[in-house]
Amino acid sequence: MTTEPNGPTDQYSIETKDLCLWYGDFQALIQVRVRIRQGIITSLIGPSGCGKTTLLRCFNRVNERYGNVTTTGDVRVLGKNIYDEDVSLPELRKAVGMVFQRPNPLPISIYENVAFQLKVHAEPGSLSKRERDQAVESALKEVLLWDAVKDSLHKKATGLQLEEQQKLCIARLLPLKPQVILMDEPCSALDARGTEAIEDLMSVLRERYTIVIVTHNMAQARRASDECIYMLLGRIVEHGPTLDVFLRPNHKDTENYVEGRYG
Amino acid sequence: MFTETPLVRRKLSIEAATKLAFGAMAASMIVPLVLIVGYLVAKALPVLSWEFVSAFPRSNMKAGGILPAIAGTFYMVAISLAVATPIGVLAAVYLNEYARDNWFTRVVNLAVVNLAGVPSIVHALFGVGAFVFVTGKPCILAASLTLAIMTLPVIIASTKQALAAVPMAFREACWNVGASRWQTIRHIVLPNSLSGILTGVILQVSRAAGETAPILFTGAVFFRRELPASVLDQSMALSMHLFSIATQGGQVPETVQYGTAVVLLGLVLAVNLTAICLRIYFRSRKKW
Repeated sequence: MTTEPNGPTDQYSIETKDLCLWYGDFQALIQVRVRIRQGIITSLIGPSGCGKTTLLRCFNRVNERYGNVTTTGDVRVLGKNIYDEDVSLPELRKAVGMVFQRPNPLPISIYENVAFQLKVHAEPGSLSKRERDQAVESALKEVLLWDAVKDSLHKKATGLQLEEQQKLCIARLLPLKPQVILMDEPCSALDARGTEAIEDLMSVLRERYTIVIVTHNMAQARRASDECIYMLLGRIVEHGPTLDVFLRPNHKDTENYVEGRYG
Repeated sequence: MFTETPLVRRKLSIEAATKLAFGAMAASMIVPLVLIVGYLVAKALPVLSWEFVSAFPRSNMKAGGILPAIAGTFYMVAISLAVATPIGVLAAVYLNEYARDNWFTRVVNLAVVNLAGVPSIVHALFGVGAFVFVTGKPCILAASLTLAIMTLPVIIASTKQALAAVPMAFREACWNVGASRWQTIRHIVLPNSLSGILTGVILQVSRAAGETAPILFTGAVFFRRELPASVLDQSMALSMHLFSIATQGGQVPETVQYGTAVVLLGLVLAVNLTAICLRIYFRSRKKW
């Protein structure tokens, strides 16, 4: 972000308390306590294996699909502890969408990709074709993809350029009005131009959505996020306004990492 | 600089020799197929006619056709597949899409692998003990169920393989928009693995049609004057027919024996060809 942050709000989209997570016997997250502000872009950085992707996946509980995972502690999304028993995972994932490292459009048409979430969540037959069309159009417009694909909506999505595929993957989260968008290294499969396009898009989506982005690219974290979290070995080392983390880190570890001495 | 050293020359000649050896082995697979098919067809040619596939056997199998055997094989294979396919495919979907790695899954997988390795004659004995015991006498139903037990583990294995070939990224994408496992399977996994599943199932048709042992004691008979009227009837079957006329000590003319073999082979090839066509069709619809 080159513009200044909107100033601190007291609203947090995500708050974790004493969050611990084990893969089998291996503890990947240790006593994580973090508060992520609403309507800004927060980046998660740290060396490989530090737990940043694991933490990201806790926020919509998709970790649990990856085998033997034990989680303890609180994760509050919009004030609600998502590990409470009355939480429905489909409803949670409606509010908290995820974008992956490699664009993963489904092997169906562009239109169907965006409408897929509606199909998954809506009562069959409850949406008219026109409502669906409108939802698809506005989602594609929101990610700045509409003009490029409006004449090829029924072509397969896997034929798009990678950068367009990634935009499509963001667009397909939008019809159900998510609050939070999680991005797991969304640009690592893209070239410089694609990366720029996605970063531009993030700055457009900012404010309307809370964005959390995991990145290996420190320059990206620096230019594209408002706040930055530095993680090491399953713990949060530092969390603050991005420029502070980069220019005036409180911890030696952070300083060494952001200056490229390891990682 | 950059000139051939003796070491490089030796490497190159070994390279050429190994390639030739492996290629020759691969090519040699064509020989038995051509010989078998050619020999069978040549020997069977005099007897092959419309009558041969549409008439009943006459004069103690020495003349006439083999219609009841074709019909019996058709019924047995169709019923066994109708039973084995849904069970096998659903079980494979469970194992690949739902099951976690726990003792139950491991036991089921172990059972599938071992069941696949059981010799067909043992399946036959199991069929006698289980199905014939229930039906009271050998019949098409008992034979079909025995064949189904025999083909099930292979259908499960091939279906699992087809499902596993669908990239994980598609499932992740589905879960992350809140799709349930069933929605993921229904909208993404199954449509994209259909070709592989069908291929696996259809290949079991040829196996079920060709096996003699499992139906020997469970429902196939040496000779029957009429076509089966219900699944509780016994019936002739191609593989059984071939076995019995070939072991009758030269009373049945060779041409009839070879003719039966060609019909069986033809049916199996036709089924496999269908499998290939279906696979091509579904692959062309695949979208990644």
